[in-house]
Amino acid sequence: MHLDHHHDTPAALSADAHRPDGTRRALRIGLGGPVGSGKTATVAALCRALRDELSLAVVTNDIYTREDAEFLLREAVLPPERITAVETGACPHTAIRDDISANLEAVEDLEDEVGPLDLILVESGGDNLTATFSKGLVDAQIFVIDVAGGDDIPRKGGPGVTTADLLIVNKTDLAPYVGSDLARMAADAKAQRAELPVVLQSLRSEAGVTDVADWVRAQLAAWTP
Amino acid sequence: MSRAALLVLADGRFPAGGHAHSGGAEAAVKAGRITGADSLESFCRGRLHTAGLVSSALAASAVLGVDPRLLDEAADARTPSPALRTAARKLGRQLMRAARASWPSTELDALAREFPKGAHQPVVLGLAARAAGLEAVDAAYCAAYESVSGPSSATVRLLSLDPFDATGVLARLSPELDRIADRALEAARRVADEGVDALPSASAPLLEIGAEAHAAWPVRLFAS
Repeated sequence: MHLDHHHDTPAALSADAHRPDGTRRALRIGLGGPVGSGKTATVAALCRALRDELSLAVVTNDIYTREDAEFLLREAVLPPERITAVETGACPHTAIRDDISANLEAVEDLEDEVGPLDLILVESGGDNLTATFSKGLVDAQIFVIDVAGGDDIPRKGGPGVTTADLLIVNKTDLAPYVGSDLARMAADAKAQRAELPVVLQSLRSEAGVTDVADWVRAQLAAWTP
Repeated sequence: MSRAALLVLADGRFPAGGHAHSGGAEAAVKAGRITGADSLESFCRGRLHTAGLVSSALAASAVLGVDPRLLDEAADARTPSPALRTAARKLGRQLMRAARASWPSTELDALAREFPKGAHQPVVLGLAARAAGLEAVDAAYCAAYESVSGPSSATVRLLSLDPFDATGVLARLSPELDRIADRALEAARRVADEGVDALPSASAPLLEIGAEAHAAWPVRLFAS
């Protein structure tokens, strides 16, 4: 224990890697993307895949309801005290990028109340292709699009598709039914993102969320000293 | 001091959580009490002369060095609705984070330690203004303006109201904002001699009742 770590120090301001008591805080990963692309389903699958090996919690940012939080509660992917819903005043991108204070409180309260935690998933409300997370809120971000939203989305780019630390192209099982060209989506994504990784995923397949869970484990290994 | 710090503190983009709150406008829109620019103006005028005046006087008092714990109790006593007390503390906590990052101060640190879940927002606002080197009148203006700017921008989203009309409402209220800030400052100056009972206690029952109803809605755009 270092002498300069007092338990009564007020909460850290933003992205500090340590909590007020000097312990290392949980890794925070943001999930953003358009409405209906499968963010909540991916969060649920990640919780099921990782909950036996990690101490986990989830923050949801619904646009006007608690639907996402309630879906996760109903599916019982985590105990209810590990899931917090943040209200965003009709502007989900504001709450994850421009004014992150409510989300920071939610992650800090989760660490105080159910910690210690290894990982907190912060799910954005469904938004548009420009929604990205502040570095003051998350350490890494996943952008989730799906094949049914149009196979030209990777080509169109935008901050989410281009700069997210991981891009998920979700619902690949639907590609034949909606006329989406998976090879073209993968090639366009590669062209937009250079070395940044892309995962094509179907949560209905046997592999499910495996690749994304492995990516999360690698992030956590890099985060943990 | 830097007077320009007031622009930073009063900027609607100051990251202190206000964007998720409507100041009662969402409940008033649903109840049919705000339907356009005229009724928005009436709503804002009512809020300014009640909750706005109280907030303004609390903020000015904090700048003048009144014990923030006493001011926080005074704010509790002037806020009958538990939902509004909760919202005020949440916003106070969020403002505290932004203020400490912007104007580090041992007084803000002490208040954050004393109220880890948040003190009432106007109290934090006053201490933030003090930390920024601003004067009591600046904090009084800032709190009074916030009491109407929040509902105005929320109503643009809720009713798809013409944003120029909403801004016109705020401009027309400016002379009244001056008077409210003056009254708040005058009350705050009396607190040193007379205690916090000298603070105004104007209240708007419909705001309090609307906030309680709003907090129970299953579907809403704003947190309060």
